[in-house]
Amino acid sequence: MNHRRRKGRWFRSNVGAMILGVLSEATVILAYTLRRTAILLVSLLIAATVLFVLLRLLPGDPANALLGVGATQEQIAAARAQVGSDQPLSVQFVSFLGNIARLDLGTSFVSRAPVLAEIGNRMAVTLPLTLIGFALALLFAIPLGIIAAVRSDRWYGAAISVVSQLGIAIPVFWVGILLVWVFAINLRWLPSGGFPLRGWSSWQEAATGMVLPALTIGLVMGASLLRYVRAATLDVLGSDFLRTARALGSSFPEALFRHGIRNGAVPVVSILGIELASTFLGAVVIERVFSLPGLGSMLLLAIQQRDYPNVQGVLFVSTLLVLLIGFAADIAQRLIDPRLRGRVQP
Amino acid sequence: MRPTKILLTAALLASVAFGPGALAQDYDPGATIRIGSLYEPQNLDNTAGAGQGINEAFNGNVYEGLFTLTDAGSVEPVLVEDYAVSEDGLTYTFTLREGVTFHSGEPLTSADVKYSIERVTAEDSRSSRKRSLSTITGIETPDERTVVITLSARSISLPYNLSYVWIVNDAAGDITSAEDGTGPYTLDEWRRGSALALTRFDDYWGEAPTNGAVLFQYFTDATALNNALLTNAVDIVTSVQSPDSLAQFAGNPQFTVTEGASTTKELLAYNDRVAPFDNVQVRKALARATDKARLLNSIWGEYGTLIGSFVPPTDPWYVDLTGVDPYDPESARELLAEAGYPDGFEFTLDTPDYDPHPIVAQFLQSEYAKIGVTVNINIITANEWYTKIYQEHNFEATLQEHVNHRDIVFYGNPDFYWGYNNPEVVQLIADSEAASSEEEQTEKLTEANRIIAEDAASNWLYLYPQIVVSAANVTGYPVNGLNSQFFAYDIQKSN
Repeated sequence: MNHRRRKGRWFRSNVGAMILGVLSEATVILAYTLRRTAILLVSLLIAATVLFVLLRLLPGDPANALLGVGATQEQIAAARAQVGSDQPLSVQFVSFLGNIARLDLGTSFVSRAPVLAEIGNRMAVTLPLTLIGFALALLFAIPLGIIAAVRSDRWYGAAISVVSQLGIAIPVFWVGILLVWVFAINLRWLPSGGFPLRGWSSWQEAATGMVLPALTIGLVMGASLLRYVRAATLDVLGSDFLRTARALGSSFPEALFRHGIRNGAVPVVSILGIELASTFLGAVVIERVFSLPGLGSMLLLAIQQRDYPNVQGVLFVSTLLVLLIGFAADIAQRLIDPRLRGRVQP
Repeated sequence: MRPTKILLTAALLASVAFGPGALAQDYDPGATIRIGSLYEPQNLDNTAGAGQGINEAFNGNVYEGLFTLTDAGSVEPVLVEDYAVSEDGLTYTFTLREGVTFHSGEPLTSADVKYSIERVTAEDSRSSRKRSLSTITGIETPDERTVVITLSARSISLPYNLSYVWIVNDAAGDITSAEDGTGPYTLDEWRRGSALALTRFDDYWGEAPTNGAVLFQYFTDATALNNALLTNAVDIVTSVQSPDSLAQFAGNPQFTVTEGASTTKELLAYNDRVAPFDNVQVRKALARATDKARLLNSIWGEYGTLIGSFVPPTDPWYVDLTGVDPYDPESARELLAEAGYPDGFEFTLDTPDYDPHPIVAQFLQSEYAKIGVTVNINIITANEWYTKIYQEHNFEATLQEHVNHRDIVFYGNPDFYWGYNNPEVVQLIADSEAASSEEEQTEKLTEANRIIAEDAASNWLYLYPQIVVSAANVTGYPVNGLNSQFFAYDIQKSN
């Protein structure tokens, strides 16, 4: 208990210094956030450029999407003018960047609906799916990962590790198909897919439709996350500070929760950022298995139909989200671990 | 005749015997029919590139035409009560049906008809029928119930072509996400990527539907669609795309499987402009070297139909031409030798990257290797197909599926991508349109059909089956789905 008393004394005698300290820490974080924002913007510009180049490298003219079999030369020319594919690439690129900066993602060639509004509608499916799936993954991964590390000498610790390896080896869509087969087709407990006509207004129907896909994501993402939690916990278990805390009289759970989690969280948070991004991409895959009208099905359809504005819009917004998650994870890391502040690691 | 055909006949008989009015309590008149489909419309306007899904959901259900193409393939009047054709065939006078109202409550007038036809022929229209209506030179509306259409040339197909024209209220404005038609159902709600709901229109001029509402549920994945039928989340699947999934329904008394006639043809299209495909003997040789029965079986199992030309059995000018170039590798080799290719030749087959084309390409590659012809498969995207083949005609041979009804007329256009140019066929097809009677039209097109088969203009591999699977308590749905239509008003669902 000795170490806690010492810390307490420091706390009382240095309130003024601490306020200053917090302020200077806040400036450090703010400065970091600004630098990190600049990096975010540069990454976004690079991503937009890559996106533009890749879409233009595809064979065929985007204007073809507007035409049917039987189009005349005049119609083809009109379509090219409408799409802008008759302009030089440099002109197209500048107007593309300008539109993106104004968040004007254009109008779909095929549905004639504004791309941004449609992405908004699709997010009502993909975002909850990603977040519920990710929450389930955390719910599996954190307690099980800690148990697997702390009890790695017991049979169930080892069993958790083995099962999580299996979870990583299985592709996400296959887990989805398996769950549909068991819970929808055989047991008839849950729907095999689909999203209600009136969306979240029929929230019970929408929520039951989310169960199997979210569980699929939770299981697969949880399995890979579990390994990181386990590894981070093992690192912490072998660390000097934990041994010191124990030597100073903390009980093992106390030492683990007071010092271990905060230290172990730093690597896990950076992984969480990456995993949340891949959960989002996993959601895009799983939507197809469950016929959910999310971003993923929008992207697949847009690719099939050569609907360039939609393809571009979905890819850009997805890239933006992934970059933002990385951004948030980096800031969170600095908030958790003062040692990292002042260092920029994009 | 296969078992499914018998089933189809049985289903038809059943719908006649127990059809509307036979036994009023046999079905639930307020039922919602849940239709599972892979073809979601992209928008709600059939002149704005909405895709085949809009025909499936809206033709005959939400919008009606002056005429309709029935599921059996005949053209019948709907919003037209009567019509007369002038002696020279250049003036059509239509009298509209009385008492028809749009969903918005406005009555149908001749001005709406004029507006609707002009919507299809407009500059920015993307309707597939735009070209076939191009002979229209004027639309007059002398009174509320009379429409007079004048043509620049005789067009025997005018009523047929008008069956593709939705009659839309002239005050409707933009209909890419709303509707104002005269059909037995109104649009209730549409959620992109998910579902489209129709409800019965109480002021419908005709016979009321035998159900209360229709819900089209859209799927992007065929397995997910089949699962929905298996778990009773939908009542009907409009078009099964692979035979693999049929086993789980075919032997199960809870489901009904019907096979109807489709108009979708899989073909190996040569570029008839370039050597060696400008030589009819070479084209005939490849036709005879193709074991089409085995190909069809490997893709569709026991479903589907073999065709000897581009014309499916539901077109009036169909004749069985499968005997013109039957499978005969020996005579194929002889024909090649006569054509000056005793050691065969090599060509590139531009193959679209989606099913079933890659599998078909591999099949043809191994078939033609047997007669010394080397096939180089070049996989391309649909977009490349459109640019390279359809627009630039820069190819030797390609695979494509052609879905349209009555599309033999493509062979009368020497500028079409496959470049088939037989002046006799061009003349026959032009004359058929100027025919003074349907008999004469049929006679001309049957003749054109025979000639393209003799010329082996393309290699017509097979006709896709049109397979509908439903829950056993649902009857009265269309089995052929011509022009992708899926009329819902006669569907009955028992409890």
